[in-house]
Amino acid sequence: MATPLVVSEVAKSFTMHLRDGIRLPVVNGVSFSVKKGECVVLGGPSGVGKSSILKMLYGNYAVDAGQILIEHQGRLVDLAHAAPRAVLEVRRDTLGYVSQFLRVVPRVSALDVVAEPLLARGVEQAAAREKAAGLLAKLNLPRELWQLPPATFSGGEQQRVNIARGFITDHAILLLDEPTASLDATNRRVVVEMIAAKKAEGVALLGIFHDEEVRDAVADRILDVSAFSPRKAAA
Amino acid sequence: MSAVPLLKVNDVSKFYGSRIGCRNVSFELWPGEVLAIVGESGSGKTTLLSCLSTRLMPSSGIVEYHMRDGQYRDLARMSEAERRFLMRTDWGFVHQNPADGLRMTVSAGANVGERLMAVGDRHYGNIRATAADWLRRVEIEEDRIDDQPRSFSGGMRQRLQIARNLVTSPRLVFMDEPTGGLDVSVQARLLDLVRGLVHDLGLSAIIVTHDLAVARLLSHRMMVMKDGLVIEQGLTDRVLDDPREPYTQLLVSSILQV
Repeated sequence: MATPLVVSEVAKSFTMHLRDGIRLPVVNGVSFSVKKGECVVLGGPSGVGKSSILKMLYGNYAVDAGQILIEHQGRLVDLAHAAPRAVLEVRRDTLGYVSQFLRVVPRVSALDVVAEPLLARGVEQAAAREKAAGLLAKLNLPRELWQLPPATFSGGEQQRVNIARGFITDHAILLLDEPTASLDATNRRVVVEMIAAKKAEGVALLGIFHDEEVRDAVADRILDVSAFSPRKAAA
Repeated sequence: MSAVPLLKVNDVSKFYGSRIGCRNVSFELWPGEVLAIVGESGSGKTTLLSCLSTRLMPSSGIVEYHMRDGQYRDLARMSEAERRFLMRTDWGFVHQNPADGLRMTVSAGANVGERLMAVGDRHYGNIRATAADWLRRVEIEEDRIDDQPRSFSGGMRQRLQIARNLVTSPRLVFMDEPTGGLDVSVQARLLDLVRGLVHDLGLSAIIVTHDLAVARLLSHRMMVMKDGLVIEQGLTDRVLDDPREPYTQLLVSSILQV
């Protein structure tokens, strides 16, 4: 199948119980798909629900209605209704995510943070660390930082650790939440090249990029999320 | 991924007289899965943990465990001797207070070695070597092997308790507030250690904690308890990033940001 990710009629709202149960609609009727080797960019103004869509796709946000179909090991999994262990299995083998901010674990070195997704898939530690080192070198992270936990790194350094961690596996689908937001021009170009390489390998990418230069360089098409905004429908 | 759950919990309730400990709890725990049970004091999380680990008998409901021979056994129908054997070999229980899980007046090495003897190890040299290896894994200096845990700091005692529990390669470990009384720097070390061991050994674990950061770091799945009931459960990321129930929203919004 050439369409590893299909999103169908997905809706999401938040109910804020601490504020008198006020209900905030986020998105409605979200339907799109991403093909192999394609990079789709979510567009639209801030607060329109771009990050929420990525978080639903990765399972961090619950889905009120609709389906998120992922091709996982030759079968289709509906992530909108999957059990936690199924979501974790899909994350381990099929679905990667580069979040905006790195969630640091005390005492774990940058190199091991990057290597971890490979270890989780049973790759030998030496091989995983070697690949991690290659990625950190490519992203110009100073070698003297590799053995340190990233908690004290700068924003741009943490982001590069995060990118390396997300790109280390050969996951068939990759979600990118502003991976270049705090990078300088040189490293932005490195990330653009890495995305191009993923596309060439047939990975389906879905991302948010506020940087126009990066967006124009990587996007095959731009999906305007404001079309799914319930506020727009109400107006 | 293994095809059957390690633990099947069906409609477990525990009443203390007319007071509710926990009520109608059902879930399955799969091999390699770490489940966090969170909630404030008095929410029933420790009662539930005690019912699951046979430290308390549930008032109603069934807890079944997938034994190494491939059979499911109803824990309540096992003999006391069988339960004890399970606790000493295939299970671990890490108490909040290490003094509850250790023998404070025998050496660190003997604390670890005792569990090995329970599974039939009799060779002193092997037992001592394994104990020394485990002390190293939990980052206790090997020259402390003959010291009593009374002379250890709180963090060291907790690491020793973990070594004692894991030395028999258990498949299921229960932990009750394992980082409860520790300084944050000591907590971080312990969390990192537990995280690594759970991953390397492929353990299943049920961790009771009131600390959502601990749950985030260690667990795959989370159950939120209030007044003895499980009010919300799901993938840990989901429960913390998109809490649905009023009480869970209150818990998550009460975390202090550093």
